[in-house]
Amino acid sequence: MFPTNKPDPSVLRGMTSRRFGRRDALRLGGMSAMGAFLAACGVEGQGKPQASVAPDAVEKFWSGKVKNGKLDFANWPLYMDPKHPELKKFTKETGIAISSYDEVIQEMGPWFAKVQPQLSAGQSIGYDLMVITNSIQFGQFRDAGFLAPLDHSKLPNYVANAAKSYSQSSYDLGNVFSIPYASGITGIAYDPEKTGREITSLADLWDPAFKGKVGMFRDLQELGNFGLLAAGLTPAKSGEAEWKKAAAKLREQKDAGIVRQYYDQSYVDALGKGEVWITQAWSGDIFQKNVSDGTNFKFVVPSEGGTIWTDNMSIPVTAANPVDAITLMDFFYEVENAATLAEYINYVCPVPAAQAAMKKHAAALTGEDKEYLDSVATSPLVFPSEADYEKLHYYVDFNTAEEQQDFTKIFDPIVLG
Amino acid sequence: MGRVKRTLAPYLLVLPGGLWLLMFFAVPMATMLSLSLQEGDIVNGYVFTGHWQTYIEAISDYETQLIRSLVYGVIATIILIVLAFPAAYWIAFYGGRRKSTYLFLLLLPFFVSFVLRTISWRLILTDDGFLLHPLKQAGLLPENFHILGTSAAVIGGLVYNFLPFMVLPIYVALERIDPRVVEAARDLYASPVTAFRKVILPLALPGVFAGVLMTFIPVSSDYVNSEVLGSSSTTMIGQVIQSQYLSSSNYPTASALSFTLMAVLLVGVFSYAKALGTEDVMKVAAR
Repeated sequence: MFPTNKPDPSVLRGMTSRRFGRRDALRLGGMSAMGAFLAACGVEGQGKPQASVAPDAVEKFWSGKVKNGKLDFANWPLYMDPKHPELKKFTKETGIAISSYDEVIQEMGPWFAKVQPQLSAGQSIGYDLMVITNSIQFGQFRDAGFLAPLDHSKLPNYVANAAKSYSQSSYDLGNVFSIPYASGITGIAYDPEKTGREITSLADLWDPAFKGKVGMFRDLQELGNFGLLAAGLTPAKSGEAEWKKAAAKLREQKDAGIVRQYYDQSYVDALGKGEVWITQAWSGDIFQKNVSDGTNFKFVVPSEGGTIWTDNMSIPVTAANPVDAITLMDFFYEVENAATLAEYINYVCPVPAAQAAMKKHAAALTGEDKEYLDSVATSPLVFPSEADYEKLHYYVDFNTAEEQQDFTKIFDPIVLG
Repeated sequence: MGRVKRTLAPYLLVLPGGLWLLMFFAVPMATMLSLSLQEGDIVNGYVFTGHWQTYIEAISDYETQLIRSLVYGVIATIILIVLAFPAAYWIAFYGGRRKSTYLFLLLLPFFVSFVLRTISWRLILTDDGFLLHPLKQAGLLPENFHILGTSAAVIGGLVYNFLPFMVLPIYVALERIDPRVVEAARDLYASPVTAFRKVILPLALPGVFAGVLMTFIPVSSDYVNSEVLGSSSTTMIGQVIQSQYLSSSNYPTASALSFTLMAVLLVGVFSYAKALGTEDVMKVAAR
C-alpha cells in the first residue's frame, strides 16, 4: 500500500514483470481447453433474454444463502496491488478467506466463451466474483441470465458512497446485476523516445511514419470505437452504416501495414519490448507500467476524444459463496478501501469521497511519496472532472442480439487479418 | 460354436478402438456438422435450420486466411523436406553406433512444451531483443526493422516446431534400405548421384510422403505459431476458427470453417497422393 509504505520499486518490478511474462503463456494455456469446450458445447439455447429482472428474483436468489467463510475471485491482471493488501484486510475484518485470487480475465470474448458452457449447464465456474467490462459480453452474460441479481440491502457502503451516475448506466440500469470495480479511459499510449514527437490525435495511429509499430485492440468495441472516432463519428449514436465507414477506416490502416498487431492485455508487454511505439491503451496500465518498470511511456486522451468503460463486479448465478462475494463487493466501497485500491491501480474510482481520503494519505507523507500520491489524487484519469467527461465517449449500445452480431461481423474480419 | 466365436472375434477386437472413434471422432464430427448448419446467437441459442449459406459467407469472409494457411503449409513443408532429408540420410547411413543418440537429440526439444519454445523464440527475435538490438545500434538495420510479425517468422516457427515429424518418417524409410541394394547399383556402374536418384530416392519416397502427411496437415491448421510470432497480417485459418469459437461464440461460422479446412486438406492430400503415384494413401501412411 502506498500511503504507509510505498514498496521499493525494484521489489514491485520483480513482482509485476513476472506477471507480464506469464501473460502469453496463460492466454495460450487457455486454448487447450478448446477440446473439452467443444465436447460440452450444446445446441440448445443458453437462456431467455431478460430486459428486466422479475420482482422476486432477488429474494429467490438470496434466500437460504449463508456466509461460507471463503471466496474465489476472478480478476484482470494489474488490477490490484500484487500483495493484495485490500484482500488481506478483508479477511482480517470479516473472517472470509480468499481461497483464490486469479488474474484469469484478459479479454471479454474469451472469458465469456470459457465460462458459458458451465453457466448454461448450471455448474459453478469456480469463481464467486468476477470483474467484467460493459462490453458486448456483458450484455450476453446479463441476457442469458448468468448474473445473480444483487441484494442492495447487503451493499450499504455502495448505497452510501458510490457516485450516483453509475446507476444510470445503460448496460445495467439501477445496478441490478453489477456494481463498478473501476472505470477506465481508452486512449493512446506511446514511447516518446521512439516516436520522437508528442502524440495528440487519433490521426497519429494512422501515420505511415509508424508503419508496423502501431498497436490496436482486439476487443471489437474498443477497436470499433476508435475507428468511429477517427472517422469523425459518435460511437453511442452509431448504426450499421457508421460501423461500415469505421471498418473501412480501420481497413485502410491495416492494409497500409501500419498496424503491428491487434492486442489483448498483452499490449503493455509489446510496448515495453518496443514492438509497438504507439498503441491503443487503457489509462491505468501505463501509469502502473511506468511505476513498476521505470519506463517513461505517455498516455493521452486523443483530441478527438477517448472512450470510457466500466469494469463491474458480478456474481455468477452458479456461485458457491455468493454471500461472501457480495460482502467483498461492498467492502470495496468503504471509502478507505476504495482509496487504497485506486492509489495502486490508477483507474477511475467509483467512490468520489476517496479523493479526500487520498489527499489525507498524501498529507501524512513527505517528499517523493507525497508528490506521487498527490499526483494520483488530482489525476484526471482517476477522478475525471465534468470537462474531462465531455471528451469521453461511451461504448456502442446494442438494442438487439442481431445488431450486436452485425457489429461483430463488420469488425471481426479486420482483427482476423 | 467355435465358428461363431471365430466370426465374432474380429469385431470384438475392433470394438474398443471402434467405440473410441465413435465417441471422440464420429460424435463430435456430427455435432460440428449440425452446428455449421444452425442459425441464431449465443444468448438465444442456435437452432438447426439447414442454413448452408454460412459456408459461402464464411469462405468469402475468410478466404484470405484460408489461402494463406495453405501457402504457409506448402512453403513450410517444402523447407521441411529440404532440411529433414539430409539430416535423416546422414543419421541413417553415417550415424553408426550413435544413431539412437542422434535421434534422441532430435527429439530432445520435445521435452519442453512447444508453446514455451515458441514464446522463447519470440523473446529472442523481439524488436529490441538481444539479437536485433545490437544490430540496430550498429546501424546495420533500420530502427523499425522487425522479424516478429512477418510471414517469415511464422513459417520459421512452423518449420522449427514440426521438423522432427519430417525427419523421423524419412529416417525410418532410409533405415530400411538394404545397403546391398545400393552396393549393387554401384557395382552396375551407377554413379553416386544415379544410385541416389534411382535407388535411394524411390525407396525413401514413402517416408517423405508420410512426413508430408504428418506435417502439412497440422502446419496448415496451426494456430499457435502465428499467434505468438505473427501479426494481424499473418493470421492463419486455425486462429480464425479458434477466435470464432472462443471469442465471438459464433459456432456456425467456426464449424463451417473447420469443415471447409478439413475438406480442402483432404482434397489436397489425395491429389498429392495421386500425383505422386501412391495408390493407397493409408497403406503408405501406416508404414
